[in-house]
Amino acid sequence: MAYGGIKALRGISFTVNQGEVVALIGANGAGKSTTLRSLSGVVKYQEGSVSFDGKSLNKMPPYKIVELGISQVPEGRRVFTRLSVLENLEMGAYTRKDNIKDTIEEVFQWFPRLRERKGQLAGTLSGGEQQMLAIGRALMSRPKLLLMDEPSMGLAPKLVSEIFSIVTSINRTGTTILLVEQNAKMALSVSARAYVLETGEIVHSGNSSALKDNPMIRKAYLGLH
Amino acid sequence: MFTFLSEVLPTFLQQLINGLTLGTTYALIALGYTMVYGIIQLINFAHGEVYMIGAFVGLIMVSVYEVNFFMAMLVAMAVCVPLAMLIERIAYRPLRSSTRLAPLISALGVSIFLQTLMTLIAGPNPKGFPQVIEDTIYIVGPVQFSLVQVIILVLAGLLMVLLHYIVKYTKMGKAMRATSEDYETANLMGINVNRIISFTFAMGAALASAGGVLVGMYFNSIHPLMGVSVGLKSFCAAVLGGIGSIPGAMLGGIFLGVAEVTGVSVGLGSYRDAIAFGLLILVLLFKPTGLLGKPIQRKV
Repeated sequence: MAYGGIKALRGISFTVNQGEVVALIGANGAGKSTTLRSLSGVVKYQEGSVSFDGKSLNKMPPYKIVELGISQVPEGRRVFTRLSVLENLEMGAYTRKDNIKDTIEEVFQWFPRLRERKGQLAGTLSGGEQQMLAIGRALMSRPKLLLMDEPSMGLAPKLVSEIFSIVTSINRTGTTILLVEQNAKMALSVSARAYVLETGEIVHSGNSSALKDNPMIRKAYLGLH
Repeated sequence: MFTFLSEVLPTFLQQLINGLTLGTTYALIALGYTMVYGIIQLINFAHGEVYMIGAFVGLIMVSVYEVNFFMAMLVAMAVCVPLAMLIERIAYRPLRSSTRLAPLISALGVSIFLQTLMTLIAGPNPKGFPQVIEDTIYIVGPVQFSLVQVIILVLAGLLMVLLHYIVKYTKMGKAMRATSEDYETANLMGINVNRIISFTFAMGAALASAGGVLVGMYFNSIHPLMGVSVGLKSFCAAVLGGIGSIPGAMLGGIFLGVAEVTGVSVGLGSYRDAIAFGLLILVLLFKPTGLLGKPIQRKV
Protein backbone atom coordinates (compact mmCIF):
# COMPACT_ATOMS: atom_id res chain seq x y z
CA MET A 1 0.00 0.00 0.00
CA ALA A 2 1.32 3.43 -0.87
CA TYR A 3 -0.08 6.50 0.79
CA GLY A 4 0.28 10.02 -0.56
CA GLY A 5 3.34 9.15 -2.57
CA ILE A 6 5.17 7.84 0.48
CA LYS A 7 5.04 4.18 1.03
CA ALA A 8 3.70 4.10 4.55
CA LEU A 9 3.09 0.40 4.49
CA ARG A 10 5.34 -2.17 2.95
CA GLY A 11 3.60 -5.33 1.98
CA ILE A 12 1.81 -6.03 5.21
CA SER A 13 -0.53 -8.96 5.15
CA PHE A 14 -2.99 -10.01 7.78
CA THR A 15 -6.34 -11.67 8.16
CA VAL A 16 -9.22 -11.26 10.55
CA ASN A 17 -11.59 -14.20 10.94
CA GLN A 18 -15.25 -13.85 11.65
CA GLY A 19 -16.06 -13.41 15.34
CA GLU A 20 -12.49 -12.60 16.40
CA VAL A 21 -10.97 -9.67 18.19
CA VAL A 22 -7.65 -8.99 16.48
CA ALA A 23 -5.24 -6.32 17.68
CA LEU A 24 -2.78 -4.34 15.62
CA ILE A 25 -0.19 -2.88 17.93
CA GLY A 26 2.87 -0.76 17.39
CA ALA A 27 4.42 2.59 18.14
CA ASN A 28 3.39 5.96 16.79
CA GLY A 29 3.94 6.18 13.05
CA ALA A 30 4.13 2.42 12.58
CA GLY A 31 1.32 2.58 10.01
CA LYS A 32 -1.58 1.36 12.13
CA SER A 33 -3.99 4.19 11.35
CA THR A 34 -3.06 4.15 7.67
CA THR A 35 -3.98 0.47 7.62
CA LEU A 36 -7.43 1.13 9.07
CA ARG A 37 -8.03 4.14 6.85
CA SER A 38 -7.12 2.08 3.81
CA LEU A 39 -9.57 -0.62 4.88
CA SER A 40 -12.35 1.98 5.11
CA GLY A 41 -11.47 3.35 1.68
CA VAL A 42 -10.60 6.90 2.76
CA VAL A 43 -6.94 6.35 1.91
CA LYS A 44 -6.32 5.13 -1.60
CA TYR A 45 -3.62 2.56 -2.16
CA GLN A 46 -1.88 1.73 -5.38
CA GLU A 47 -0.81 -1.79 -4.66
CA GLY A 48 -2.12 -4.63 -2.62
CA SER A 49 -5.58 -5.99 -2.13
CA VAL A 50 -8.18 -6.09 0.57
CA SER A 51 -11.07 -8.48 0.52
CA PHE A 52 -14.03 -8.80 2.83
CA ASP A 53 -16.56 -11.65 2.78
CA GLY A 54 -15.02 -12.73 -0.51
CA LYS A 55 -15.50 -9.30 -2.12
CA SER A 56 -12.62 -7.09 -3.16
CA LEU A 57 -12.64 -3.66 -1.50
CA ASN A 58 -10.03 -2.18 -3.82
CA LYS A 59 -11.06 1.22 -5.18
CA MET A 60 -14.44 0.94 -3.49
CA PRO A 61 -15.80 4.28 -2.19
CA PRO A 62 -16.13 4.52 1.61
CA TYR A 63 -19.92 4.54 1.63
CA LYS A 64 -20.04 1.19 -0.22
CA ILE A 65 -17.63 -0.27 2.31
CA VAL A 66 -19.92 0.85 5.14
CA GLU A 67 -22.88 -0.69 3.30
CA LEU A 68 -20.98 -3.98 3.09
CA GLY A 69 -20.67 -4.02 6.88
CA ILE A 70 -17.42 -2.36 7.90
CA SER A 71 -17.52 0.69 10.13
CA GLN A 72 -14.89 2.61 11.98
CA VAL A 73 -14.32 4.36 15.28
CA PRO A 74 -11.78 6.92 14.11
CA GLU A 75 -8.68 7.96 15.97
CA GLY A 76 -9.29 10.95 18.23
CA ARG A 77 -13.05 10.14 18.31
CA ARG A 78 -13.93 12.75 15.69
CA VAL A 79 -17.53 13.14 16.79
CA PHE A 80 -19.45 15.88 15.00
CA THR A 81 -19.20 18.50 17.75
CA ARG A 82 -21.85 20.82 16.32
CA LEU A 83 -24.40 18.03 15.95
CA SER A 84 -26.40 16.62 18.85
CA VAL A 85 -25.65 13.18 20.28
CA LEU A 86 -28.73 11.78 18.56
CA GLU A 87 -27.79 13.38 15.23
CA ASN A 88 -24.32 11.87 15.51
CA LEU A 89 -25.90 8.44 15.90
CA GLU A 90 -28.13 9.10 12.90
CA MET A 91 -25.04 9.91 10.84
CA GLY A 92 -23.57 6.55 11.79
CA ALA A 93 -26.66 4.95 10.26
CA TYR A 94 -26.54 7.11 7.15
CA THR A 95 -26.32 4.22 4.69
CA ARG A 96 -29.31 2.44 6.21
CA LYS A 97 -32.72 2.82 4.64
CA ASP A 98 -34.68 0.95 7.31
CA ASN A 99 -35.87 2.08 10.72
CA ILE A 100 -32.99 2.80 13.06
CA LYS A 101 -34.96 3.27 16.31
CA ASP A 102 -34.08 -0.19 17.65
CA THR A 103 -30.39 0.30 17.02
CA ILE A 104 -30.45 3.67 18.79
CA GLU A 105 -32.10 1.89 21.72
CA GLU A 106 -29.35 -0.77 21.68
CA VAL A 107 -26.65 1.89 21.70
CA PHE A 108 -28.36 3.63 24.62
CA GLN A 109 -28.33 0.31 26.44
CA TRP A 110 -24.60 -0.03 25.88
CA PHE A 111 -24.03 3.58 26.90
CA PRO A 112 -26.79 4.89 29.21
CA ARG A 113 -24.92 8.19 29.53
CA LEU A 114 -25.65 8.92 25.88
CA ARG A 115 -29.38 8.61 26.47
CA GLU A 116 -29.19 11.24 29.21
CA ARG A 117 -27.37 13.55 26.82
CA LYS A 118 -29.05 12.74 23.54
CA GLY A 119 -30.16 16.31 22.83
CA GLN A 120 -26.84 17.87 23.79
CA LEU A 121 -24.25 18.98 21.26
CA ALA A 122 -21.53 16.36 21.05
CA GLY A 123 -18.91 19.07 21.56
CA THR A 124 -20.12 19.55 25.12
CA LEU A 125 -19.45 15.92 26.11
CA SER A 126 -16.43 14.82 28.12
CA GLY A 127 -13.66 12.87 26.42
CA GLY A 128 -14.93 9.53 27.70
CA GLU A 129 -18.49 10.30 26.63
CA GLN A 130 -17.27 11.34 23.20
CA GLN A 131 -15.47 8.01 22.89
CA MET A 132 -18.69 6.20 23.81
CA LEU A 133 -20.51 8.27 21.20
CA ALA A 134 -17.88 7.45 18.57
CA ILE A 135 -18.30 3.73 19.32
CA GLY A 136 -22.09 4.02 19.40
CA ARG A 137 -22.06 5.91 16.12
CA ALA A 138 -19.99 3.17 14.47
CA LEU A 139 -22.40 0.52 15.77
CA MET A 140 -25.36 2.32 14.17
CA SER A 141 -24.61 0.83 10.75
CA ARG A 142 -24.82 -2.65 12.38
CA PRO A 143 -21.34 -3.60 11.20
CA LYS A 144 -20.05 -7.13 10.78
CA LEU A 145 -16.55 -5.80 11.25
CA LEU A 146 -15.80 -2.92 13.58
CA LEU A 147 -12.51 -1.10 13.13
CA MET A 148 -11.37 0.73 16.25
CA ASP A 149 -8.54 3.22 16.06
CA GLU A 150 -6.96 3.97 19.45
CA PRO A 151 -10.14 3.89 21.52
CA SER A 152 -8.14 4.33 24.73
CA MET A 153 -6.28 7.43 23.61
CA GLY A 154 -6.41 10.31 26.07
CA LEU A 155 -8.72 8.56 28.53
CA ALA A 156 -8.32 8.11 32.28
CA PRO A 157 -7.28 4.56 33.31
CA LYS A 158 -10.68 3.77 34.77
CA LEU A 159 -12.38 4.71 31.51
CA VAL A 160 -9.83 2.72 29.53
CA SER A 161 -10.79 -0.51 31.25
CA GLU A 162 -14.46 0.39 30.86
CA ILE A 163 -14.02 0.90 27.12
CA PHE A 164 -12.15 -2.39 26.77
CA SER A 165 -14.78 -4.33 28.64
CA ILE A 166 -17.32 -2.87 26.23
CA VAL A 167 -15.11 -4.00 23.33
CA THR A 168 -15.32 -7.53 24.69
CA SER A 169 -19.10 -7.31 25.13
CA ILE A 170 -19.63 -5.96 21.63
CA ASN A 171 -17.58 -8.86 20.30
CA ARG A 172 -19.77 -11.33 22.22
CA THR A 173 -22.79 -10.12 20.27
CA GLY A 174 -21.11 -11.45 17.13
CA THR A 175 -19.30 -8.38 15.84
CA THR A 176 -15.78 -8.98 14.59
CA ILE A 177 -13.31 -6.38 15.83
CA LEU A 178 -10.01 -5.13 14.50
CA LEU A 179 -8.41 -3.03 17.19
CA VAL A 180 -5.52 -0.67 16.67
CA GLU A 181 -3.77 0.36 19.86
CA GLN A 182 -0.71 1.90 21.36
CA ASN A 183 -1.83 0.57 24.70
CA ALA A 184 -0.40 -2.86 23.95
CA LYS A 185 -1.15 -4.31 27.37
CA MET A 186 -4.88 -3.68 27.10
CA ALA A 187 -5.01 -4.62 23.45
CA LEU A 188 -3.32 -7.98 24.08
CA SER A 189 -5.60 -8.73 26.99
CA VAL A 190 -8.85 -8.30 25.04
CA SER A 191 -7.75 -9.79 21.71
CA ALA A 192 -7.35 -13.38 20.63
CA ARG A 193 -4.63 -12.70 18.11
CA ALA A 194 -2.38 -9.75 17.40
CA TYR A 195 -0.01 -8.35 14.82
CA VAL A 196 2.89 -6.09 15.75
CA LEU A 197 3.59 -3.35 13.24
CA GLU A 198 6.91 -1.52 13.01
CA THR A 199 7.59 1.21 10.41
CA GLY A 200 5.09 -0.22 7.97
CA GLU A 201 5.96 -3.88 8.41
CA ILE A 202 4.56 -6.72 10.47
CA VAL A 203 7.35 -7.93 12.73
CA HIS A 204 5.48 -10.31 15.01
CA SER A 205 2.16 -12.07 14.95
CA GLY A 206 0.41 -14.79 16.87
CA ASN A 207 -1.86 -15.51 19.79
CA SER A 208 -2.15 -12.56 22.09
CA SER A 209 -1.41 -14.60 25.17
CA ALA A 210 1.79 -15.90 23.58
CA LEU A 211 2.83 -12.43 22.46
CA LYS A 212 2.29 -11.15 25.98
CA ASP A 213 4.95 -13.56 27.17
CA ASN A 214 7.35 -12.90 24.31
CA PRO A 215 10.39 -11.24 25.91
CA MET A 216 10.98 -8.82 23.02
CA ILE A 217 7.40 -7.61 23.10
CA ARG A 218 7.46 -7.35 26.87
CA LYS A 219 10.47 -5.13 26.58
CA ALA A 220 9.45 -2.96 23.63
CA TYR A 221 5.70 -2.60 24.11
CA LEU A 222 4.77 -3.55 27.62
CA GLY A 223 7.59 -1.79 29.43
CA LEU A 224 8.50 -4.95 31.33
CA HIS A 225 11.80 -6.73 31.59
CA MET B 1 -38.33 66.05 19.66
CA PHE B 2 -41.14 67.17 17.40
CA THR B 3 -38.97 66.99 14.26
CA PHE B 4 -37.74 63.59 15.31
CA LEU B 5 -41.26 62.15 15.39
CA SER B 6 -42.49 63.91 12.27
CA GLU B 7 -39.46 63.65 10.02
CA VAL B 8 -36.58 61.51 11.20
CA LEU B 9 -38.50 58.49 12.43
CA PRO B 10 -40.72 58.08 9.34
CA THR B 11 -37.69 58.42 7.07
CA PHE B 12 -35.86 55.88 9.13
CA LEU B 13 -38.75 53.41 9.01
CA GLN B 14 -39.11 53.94 5.29
CA GLN B 15 -35.42 53.27 4.69
CA LEU B 16 -35.62 50.25 6.94
CA ILE B 17 -38.30 48.72 4.75
CA ASN B 18 -36.39 49.53 1.55
CA GLY B 19 -33.21 48.23 3.13
CA LEU B 20 -34.87 45.02 4.29
CA THR B 21 -36.12 44.39 0.76
CA LEU B 22 -32.68 44.82 -0.75
CA GLY B 23 -31.06 43.00 2.17
CA THR B 24 -33.17 39.86 1.88
CA THR B 25 -32.14 39.53 -1.77
CA TYR B 26 -28.49 39.84 -0.73
CA ALA B 27 -29.18 37.26 1.94
CA LEU B 28 -30.66 34.81 -0.58
CA ILE B 29 -27.48 34.99 -2.63
CA ALA B 30 -25.13 35.12 0.34
CA LEU B 31 -26.54 31.79 1.56
CA GLY B 32 -25.16 30.04 -1.52
CA TYR B 33 -21.68 31.43 -0.90
CA THR B 34 -21.69 30.51 2.74
CA MET B 35 -23.05 26.98 2.33
CA VAL B 36 -20.57 26.09 -0.38
CA TYR B 37 -17.72 27.63 1.58
CA GLY B 38 -18.84 25.79 4.70
CA ILE B 39 -18.61 22.46 2.96
CA ILE B 40 -15.63 22.66 0.59
CA GLN B 41 -13.94 25.94 1.61
CA LEU B 42 -14.37 27.32 -1.89
CA ILE B 43 -15.43 30.85 -2.72
CA ASN B 44 -17.70 30.05 -5.60
CA PHE B 45 -17.17 33.08 -7.80
CA ALA B 46 -19.57 31.69 -10.39
CA HIS B 47 -22.44 32.02 -7.93
CA GLY B 48 -23.25 35.59 -8.97
CA GLU B 49 -23.59 34.34 -12.55
CA VAL B 50 -26.06 31.67 -11.49
CA TYR B 51 -28.11 34.50 -10.01
CA MET B 52 -27.80 36.46 -13.27
CA ILE B 53 -28.89 33.49 -15.36
CA GLY B 54 -31.81 32.97 -13.01
CA ALA B 55 -32.89 36.55 -13.71
CA PHE B 56 -32.63 36.01 -17.48
CA VAL B 57 -34.59 32.77 -17.38
CA GLY B 58 -37.23 34.62 -15.37
CA LEU B 59 -37.30 37.40 -17.95
CA ILE B 60 -37.74 34.96 -20.83
CA MET B 61 -40.53 33.20 -18.98
CA VAL B 62 -42.51 36.35 -18.23
CA SER B 63 -41.90 38.15 -21.54
CA VAL B 64 -41.88 35.31 -24.09
CA TYR B 65 -44.07 32.72 -22.41
CA GLU B 66 -46.07 35.24 -20.41
CA VAL B 67 -46.34 33.04 -17.36
CA ASN B 68 -46.97 34.62 -13.98
CA PHE B 69 -43.97 35.65 -11.96
CA PHE B 70 -44.24 32.79 -9.49
CA MET B 71 -44.09 30.24 -12.31
CA ALA B 72 -41.15 32.15 -13.81
CA MET B 73 -39.30 31.83 -10.53
CA LEU B 74 -39.88 28.08 -10.39
CA VAL B 75 -38.59 27.65 -13.96
CA ALA B 76 -35.53 29.79 -13.15
CA MET B 77 -34.82 27.47 -10.22
CA ALA B 78 -35.36 24.40 -12.39
CA VAL B 79 -32.75 25.70 -14.85
CA CYS B 80 -30.19 26.99 -12.35
CA VAL B 81 -30.15 24.00 -10.02
CA PRO B 82 -28.82 21.55 -12.63
CA LEU B 83 -26.56 24.29 -14.01
CA ALA B 84 -24.88 24.77 -10.63
CA MET B 85 -24.56 21.01 -10.13
CA LEU B 86 -22.97 20.77 -13.57
CA ILE B 87 -20.52 23.59 -12.76
CA GLU B 88 -19.49 21.77 -9.58
CA ARG B 89 -19.13 18.49 -11.44
CA ILE B 90 -16.95 19.74 -14.27
CA ALA B 91 -15.13 22.77 -12.85
CA TYR B 92 -14.59 21.99 -9.15
CA ARG B 93 -14.79 18.29 -8.43
CA PRO B 94 -11.81 17.27 -10.60
CA LEU B 95 -9.75 19.81 -8.62
CA ARG B 96 -10.93 18.75 -5.18
CA SER B 97 -7.67 17.17 -4.10
CA SER B 98 -5.44 19.89 -5.55
CA THR B 99 -4.45 23.14 -3.85
CA ARG B 100 -7.18 25.49 -2.70
CA LEU B 101 -6.19 28.05 -5.29
CA ALA B 102 -6.96 25.83 -8.28
CA PRO B 103 -10.75 25.57 -7.87
CA LEU B 104 -10.84 29.28 -7.01
CA ILE B 105 -9.28 30.13 -10.36
CA SER B 106 -11.57 27.64 -12.03
CA ALA B 107 -14.53 29.44 -10.41
CA LEU B 108 -13.34 32.76 -11.80
CA GLY B 109 -13.08 31.11 -15.20
CA VAL B 110 -16.64 29.81 -15.04
CA SER B 111 -17.81 33.24 -13.94
CA ILE B 112 -16.19 35.02 -16.88
CA PHE B 113 -17.37 32.32 -19.26
CA LEU B 114 -21.01 32.70 -18.19
CA GLN B 115 -20.87 36.50 -18.31
CA THR B 116 -19.43 36.44 -21.81
CA LEU B 117 -21.82 33.77 -22.98
CA MET B 118 -24.80 35.75 -21.78
CA THR B 119 -23.45 38.95 -23.32
CA LEU B 120 -23.17 37.10 -26.65
CA ILE B 121 -26.69 35.76 -26.40
CA ALA B 122 -28.53 38.73 -24.93
CA GLY B 123 -26.28 41.68 -25.80
CA PRO B 124 -24.52 43.90 -23.30
CA ASN B 125 -27.34 46.38 -22.76
CA PRO B 126 -29.71 46.19 -19.83
CA LYS B 127 -33.03 44.53 -20.55
CA GLY B 128 -36.21 45.87 -19.08
CA PHE B 129 -38.15 43.48 -16.91
CA PRO B 130 -41.87 43.74 -17.73
CA GLN B 131 -44.04 44.84 -14.89
CA VAL B 132 -45.52 41.53 -13.84
CA ILE B 133 -46.89 42.67 -10.51
CA GLU B 134 -49.32 45.54 -10.36
CA ASP B 135 -47.67 48.58 -8.91
CA THR B 136 -49.82 48.81 -5.83
CA ILE B 137 -48.55 51.07 -3.08
CA TYR B 138 -49.66 50.59 0.48
CA ILE B 139 -49.50 53.46 2.91
CA VAL B 140 -49.36 52.60 6.56
CA GLY B 141 -49.07 55.70 8.71
CA PRO B 142 -46.00 57.60 7.65
CA VAL B 143 -44.40 54.82 5.55
CA GLN B 144 -45.26 53.36 2.20
CA PHE B 145 -44.33 50.10 0.57
CA SER B 146 -45.13 48.41 -2.71
CA LEU B 147 -46.67 45.04 -3.40
CA VAL B 148 -43.36 43.97 -4.97
CA GLN B 149 -41.57 44.68 -1.71
CA VAL B 150 -44.12 42.64 0.22
CA ILE B 151 -43.72 39.74 -2.19
CA ILE B 152 -39.93 39.86 -1.94
CA LEU B 153 -39.96 39.95 1.84
CA VAL B 154 -42.51 37.17 2.17
CA LEU B 155 -40.99 34.87 -0.45
CA ALA B 156 -37.40 35.38 0.66
CA GLY B 157 -38.52 34.82 4.24
CA LEU B 158 -40.32 31.61 3.30
CA LEU B 159 -37.32 30.31 1.34
CA MET B 160 -35.05 30.95 4.32
CA VAL B 161 -37.44 29.18 6.70
CA LEU B 162 -37.54 26.26 4.28
CA LEU B 163 -33.74 26.19 4.10
CA HIS B 164 -33.51 26.26 7.88
CA TYR B 165 -35.92 23.33 8.07
CA ILE B 166 -33.95 21.30 5.52
CA VAL B 167 -30.59 21.93 7.17
CA LYS B 168 -31.85 21.33 10.69
CA TYR B 169 -34.24 18.43 10.38
CA THR B 170 -33.74 16.38 7.21
CA LYS B 171 -31.24 13.56 6.88
CA MET B 172 -29.60 15.36 3.96
CA GLY B 173 -29.34 18.57 6.00
CA LYS B 174 -27.78 16.80 8.97
CA ALA B 175 -25.30 15.13 6.64
CA MET B 176 -24.53 18.57 5.21
CA ARG B 177 -23.69 19.90 8.65
CA ALA B 178 -21.63 16.81 9.43
CA THR B 179 -19.71 17.09 6.15
CA SER B 180 -19.12 20.78 6.68
CA GLU B 181 -17.66 20.13 10.12
CA ASP B 182 -15.51 17.12 9.26
CA TYR B 183 -15.39 16.05 5.63
CA GLU B 184 -13.25 13.00 6.24
CA THR B 185 -15.23 11.56 9.12
CA ALA B 186 -18.46 12.13 7.20
CA ASN B 187 -16.89 10.08 4.42
CA LEU B 188 -15.94 7.41 6.94
CA MET B 189 -19.52 7.22 8.24
CA GLY B 190 -20.73 6.24 4.79
CA ILE B 191 -22.07 9.64 3.83
CA ASN B 192 -21.71 10.01 0.09
CA VAL B 193 -19.99 13.39 0.31
CA ASN B 194 -20.09 13.99 -3.44
CA ARG B 195 -23.84 13.81 -3.33
CA ILE B 196 -23.95 16.16 -0.34
CA ILE B 197 -21.76 18.67 -2.16
CA SER B 198 -24.00 18.52 -5.26
CA PHE B 199 -27.00 19.04 -3.03
CA THR B 200 -25.38 22.07 -1.41
CA PHE B 201 -24.73 23.65 -4.79
CA ALA B 202 -28.31 22.86 -5.80
CA MET B 203 -29.77 24.62 -2.78
CA GLY B 204 -27.54 27.64 -3.22
CA ALA B 205 -28.57 27.90 -6.87
CA ALA B 206 -32.26 27.58 -6.06
CA LEU B 207 -32.02 30.52 -3.65
CA ALA B 208 -29.84 32.64 -5.96
CA SER B 209 -32.05 32.14 -9.02
CA ALA B 210 -35.12 33.03 -6.98
CA GLY B 211 -33.19 36.11 -5.90
CA GLY B 212 -32.42 36.93 -9.54
CA VAL B 213 -36.06 36.92 -10.54
CA LEU B 214 -37.05 38.94 -7.47
CA VAL B 215 -34.37 41.55 -8.11
CA GLY B 216 -35.30 41.77 -11.81
CA MET B 217 -38.85 42.44 -10.76
CA TYR B 218 -37.82 44.99 -8.13
CA PHE B 219 -35.41 47.05 -10.22
CA ASN B 220 -37.09 46.37 -13.59
CA SER B 221 -33.75 45.90 -15.26
CA ILE B 222 -31.29 43.07 -15.75
CA HIS B 223 -28.03 42.70 -17.68
CA PRO B 224 -25.29 40.07 -18.18
CA LEU B 225 -22.91 41.68 -15.68
CA MET B 226 -25.46 42.14 -12.92
CA GLY B 227 -24.00 39.16 -11.08
CA VAL B 228 -20.67 40.87 -10.56
CA SER B 229 -21.56 43.68 -8.18
CA VAL B 230 -24.44 41.89 -6.47
CA GLY B 231 -22.33 38.75 -6.25
CA LEU B 232 -19.48 40.64 -4.65
CA LYS B 233 -21.77 42.41 -2.22
CA SER B 234 -23.53 39.19 -1.28
CA PHE B 235 -20.17 37.60 -0.76
CA CYS B 236 -19.35 40.54 1.52
CA ALA B 237 -22.60 39.86 3.35
CA ALA B 238 -21.59 36.23 3.82
CA VAL B 239 -18.17 37.19 5.18
CA LEU B 240 -19.67 39.95 7.29
CA GLY B 241 -22.05 37.47 8.91
CA GLY B 242 -19.31 34.88 9.32
CA ILE B 243 -18.55 32.71 6.31
CA GLY B 244 -19.86 29.18 6.72
CA SER B 245 -22.66 30.30 9.03
CA ILE B 246 -26.18 30.15 7.61
CA PRO B 247 -27.80 32.56 10.10
CA GLY B 248 -24.72 34.75 9.57
CA ALA B 249 -25.43 35.04 5.84
CA MET B 250 -29.03 36.03 6.52
CA LEU B 251 -28.02 38.62 9.08
CA GLY B 252 -25.12 39.90 6.98
CA GLY B 253 -27.34 40.33 3.92
CA ILE B 254 -30.00 42.26 5.78
CA PHE B 255 -27.40 44.35 7.63
CA LEU B 256 -25.74 45.27 4.35
CA GLY B 257 -29.01 46.07 2.58
CA VAL B 258 -30.17 48.37 5.37
CA ALA B 259 -26.75 50.06 5.60
CA GLU B 260 -26.62 50.63 1.86
CA VAL B 261 -30.10 52.12 1.62
CA THR B 262 -29.53 54.26 4.71
CA GLY B 263 -26.24 55.49 3.27
CA VAL B 264 -27.91 56.45 0.01
CA SER B 265 -30.71 58.28 1.82
CA VAL B 266 -28.30 60.44 3.80
CA GLY B 267 -26.63 61.58 0.60
CA LEU B 268 -23.89 59.02 0.06
CA GLY B 269 -25.50 57.75 -3.13
CA SER B 270 -22.34 57.88 -5.16
CA TYR B 271 -20.61 55.73 -2.56
CA ARG B 272 -23.29 53.09 -2.75
CA ASP B 273 -20.94 50.18 -3.43
CA ALA B 274 -18.22 51.52 -1.17
CA ILE B 275 -20.58 51.25 1.80
CA ALA B 276 -20.70 47.48 1.57
CA PHE B 277 -16.96 47.05 1.33
CA GLY B 278 -16.24 49.73 3.91
CA LEU B 279 -18.54 47.99 6.37
CA LEU B 280 -16.89 44.69 5.65
CA ILE B 281 -13.48 46.13 6.47
CA LEU B 282 -14.81 47.73 9.64
CA VAL B 283 -16.47 44.58 10.93
CA LEU B 284 -13.50 42.39 10.10
CA LEU B 285 -11.16 44.79 11.91
CA PHE B 286 -13.06 44.22 15.14
CA LYS B 287 -14.33 40.70 14.59
CA PRO B 288 -12.21 38.83 12.06
CA THR B 289 -14.55 35.83 11.93
CA GLY B 290 -17.61 37.94 11.10
CA LEU B 291 -20.71 38.69 13.16
CA LEU B 292 -21.77 35.09 13.80
CA GLY B 293 -18.61 33.33 12.70
CA LYS B 294 -17.14 30.55 14.76
CA PRO B 295 -13.57 30.79 15.93
CA ILE B 296 -11.28 29.25 13.37
CA GLN B 297 -10.38 25.69 14.20
CA ARG B 298 -7.20 24.26 12.87
CA LYS B 299 -7.61 20.68 11.84
CA VAL B 300 -4.70 18.48 12.70
